[in-house]
Amino acid sequence: MKVVVVGGGPAGLYLAILLRKADPGIDVTVLERNAPDATFGFGVVFSEETLGSLRDADPETHLAITDTFARWNRVDIRYRDGLLRSRGHSFSAIARKRLLELLQERCYALGADLRFGVEVDSVPDADLVVAADGANSFIRRQREFGTVVRPEGSKYVWFGTDHIFDAFTFVFRETEHGLFNVHAYPYDEHMSTFIVECPEPVWRRAGLDAMDEEESRAFCEQLFANDLRGRELFTNRSVWLDFPKVTNRVWHDSEVVLVGDAAHTAHFSIGSGTKLAMEDSIALVQGLVTRGWDVDAALVDYELERGPAVERTQAAASESAVYFRRVGSYTQLEPVQFAFNLLTRSGRITHASLSIRDPNFTRAMDSWIGGAELSPPPMFAPLELGGVRFPDRVTFSLSGFVAVSPEGRVSPDTPTIDEWAPPDGLIVLRLGHAGRRGGCRPRSEGVDVPLRDGWPLVSASALPYGPFSAVPSVLDEPGMAAVRDSFVRAARRADELGVAVLELDLAHGYLLASFLSPLTNPDDDRLRFPLGVVAAVREAWPRCLAARLSVTDWHPRGNTVEEGIAIARALSEAGVDLIHVEAGQTVHDDRPEYRRGFLTSLSDRVRNEAQAATLVGGHLTTADEANTIVGAGRADLVVLDLPPSPLDVERSEAGNGLLNREVARS
Amino acid sequence: MRIGVGLPTMTPGADGALVLEWARRADAGPFSSLGVLDRVVYDSFEPFAALAAAAGATERIRLATMIAIGPLRPTALLAKQAASLHSLSGGRFTLGLALGARADDYEAAAVDMRGRGRKLTEQLALIRGDLDGLEVLVGGGSGPAYARMARYADGYAHGGGPPRAFASAASRAVAAWNDLGRPGQPLLWGQGYFTFGDVERGNDYLRDYYAFTGPFAERIVATNLASARAIKDFIRGYEEAGCDELVLFPTVADLSELERLEDALS
Repeated sequence: MKVVVVGGGPAGLYLAILLRKADPGIDVTVLERNAPDATFGFGVVFSEETLGSLRDADPETHLAITDTFARWNRVDIRYRDGLLRSRGHSFSAIARKRLLELLQERCYALGADLRFGVEVDSVPDADLVVAADGANSFIRRQREFGTVVRPEGSKYVWFGTDHIFDAFTFVFRETEHGLFNVHAYPYDEHMSTFIVECPEPVWRRAGLDAMDEEESRAFCEQLFANDLRGRELFTNRSVWLDFPKVTNRVWHDSEVVLVGDAAHTAHFSIGSGTKLAMEDSIALVQGLVTRGWDVDAALVDYELERGPAVERTQAAASESAVYFRRVGSYTQLEPVQFAFNLLTRSGRITHASLSIRDPNFTRAMDSWIGGAELSPPPMFAPLELGGVRFPDRVTFSLSGFVAVSPEGRVSPDTPTIDEWAPPDGLIVLRLGHAGRRGGCRPRSEGVDVPLRDGWPLVSASALPYGPFSAVPSVLDEPGMAAVRDSFVRAARRADELGVAVLELDLAHGYLLASFLSPLTNPDDDRLRFPLGVVAAVREAWPRCLAARLSVTDWHPRGNTVEEGIAIARALSEAGVDLIHVEAGQTVHDDRPEYRRGFLTSLSDRVRNEAQAATLVGGHLTTADEANTIVGAGRADLVVLDLPPSPLDVERSEAGNGLLNREVARS
Repeated sequence: MRIGVGLPTMTPGADGALVLEWARRADAGPFSSLGVLDRVVYDSFEPFAALAAAAGATERIRLATMIAIGPLRPTALLAKQAASLHSLSGGRFTLGLALGARADDYEAAAVDMRGRGRKLTEQLALIRGDLDGLEVLVGGGSGPAYARMARYADGYAHGGGPPRAFASAASRAVAAWNDLGRPGQPLLWGQGYFTFGDVERGNDYLRDYYAFTGPFAERIVATNLASARAIKDFIRGYEEAGCDELVLFPTVADLSELERLEDALS
């Protein structure tokens, strides 16, 4: 069997090693465009977990590379003028050049044919052609893989320095142009990698778009002189780049297969590119061996095996890329929360996992948010908001939709404020007028399914909500005054009923929301009526006032997230104490994105960009998610969708409710 | 979790007599439902016709489209077909609807693919408004598909894949359900392919059926369940992921396949 590997980077070389090791009879040629000692970039990072899989795949390589490793278990965060340390993060790094040397030596020892300085101009003829030629793969462009390449994150540039950092180090430096940040780590006993990053507007304001390599080096060296302890920055094709996110719908086409960056890239800020590349090689060779060198079957196995893992890593990497692009909006966070937010940015570290890695760090975090030296996790921290004391961040009773008037009901089973009976506990009463989403059947039978004999509807415009929905009439000025008065009257009634928090529903296309969106309101001053209602209720309501808001319409012609944040800001200025973050449903044909925690990043942006307290749901199902979100400052209050308790399952199966209730209580 | 079985309406070599005999035996067996798929440009049975015949040949088993491509049919006609099947089957019909993935089906039916999402929404709104008591499922993997499901249907029809893919889709379906303010939980239906006897024949059918997906077809072939052990593992995985009803579709049109599936389940 003849295998040609195009590209002599870590993925290609490691594949050649593993192939020759699996069967020395296989003819393996590696074609590399550059010279054997040409190298770009400085160091590469590995996690402990990756090292384990390298050891299992080829102990000799593992031994050779771990011999020259720089290792650390600390992450240092330099923020404002302080330094925060988090421990328990085991990582290693190696000079990229050294890694390639070791892999080349091992290839020679195993009899792989390495050819350098070879420019490939067509798909080579072989039983298996491996495209290991990087993010800009030539081979990939010769066939159809459903490739998408788009830039993500900020501008960044790689340098080396002879200052030896003794931990993975993040530096955040405020300048007159905006915030710059650094990712630095040692990779051998002489050198560290030093990556500088900033959002594109900051990069332009600083004039970096007009600087040459030496000028930008000097700029960065001066900006970070303290962190470099007066040492130098070194360049190696150190140009400012946009990170290309590469995805492919499929990774093979008959005998041609993509590995490493040619198949997928993951933003450098989670340091997983080389790891993914070498794991690809392991999976591909494993597939070939288990399938008895049947290339077709092995390539399917390879894709099935690697696809989900790579997708997860790419999703985490994208979260991280977005974090660094927006990190400027987090600089009002206190250092410990800033650091926790940074550590949990990609979703791979949570409050629970960090409390195992670094219990001292989470203790400090819990203590900061809880206000006592020893405090329970963040979701148990009390909160004072608009004169209401929440005992914690999750235990409150959020009502369903309660209508200000009979005409404002969603369906006949919607309670009006005069019918509604408050439950026990700290009550958040959601008060609304259904607008053009009224007159529908109960939601047990579907949503927005109109009654055969409904009632007259009103909205900001005469557009029906969905198919077969009744056409609303446009709410005129006297109508607006009447609606405003009904909100005020309902607020007074809620006060009599002992409600703690009054939440006005300005979300999901109900009456007030229909005024906020350009999709449903042709007027220019779309905030006038909703803000008027908020102001009138604010006058009448003595405590914490919340607004439920669709922060984005999830529609190309609707409100964007930026516009939603501006509305949240206006609501705060009108006296709203808490924004309940929602999205969509402004129109029935929006384009939502549903997944676990689908509203978390919106809440994060509202909280940190509009400086407003937020409440968020969005299918959060665990206490750990609540702790992480509250701890990182992505929301102040959390609504959990708790799955059924295993105790309830036992109860129904055993048919003995009393016993289990008592167990649960004790 | 209940287990259903697919009717061999797509598999090469199945005639009407076999489809009906298959339905009768499934009705007498341990299966809770009979599922059918939908394609125009493929040698296959039309799903509503096949289920109407199956309704006459069976007593108790549920009859489900997993899914039917709604927008290929005029809305009023689709609603009439659904109402007819609902009544003819004595309320045993479950209508699963989705957009389908094949341009050639739309071409053959002389239906414009543009606007198909809007059309499906209208169909669901009409059927939900007019047909009391009909169980409706919606399939598809996009945000709008989940929203459509949560707004108008009783549950979600997943398109197939390993249990973890189902689990991820199920979590999105529940997220949409709660977001739309529906009480309770959506029904979650899954599906898989199996072959006991001539695995290559089954795989060849899947390769041919999914040829339009290009190299992706091989991924689908790789999920074909080819032993009692594989089926049991698959069932366990789906059960853990919260599936309510798993419909296993044959890839070889032979009654022995149905018998062997029964044996594997017992």
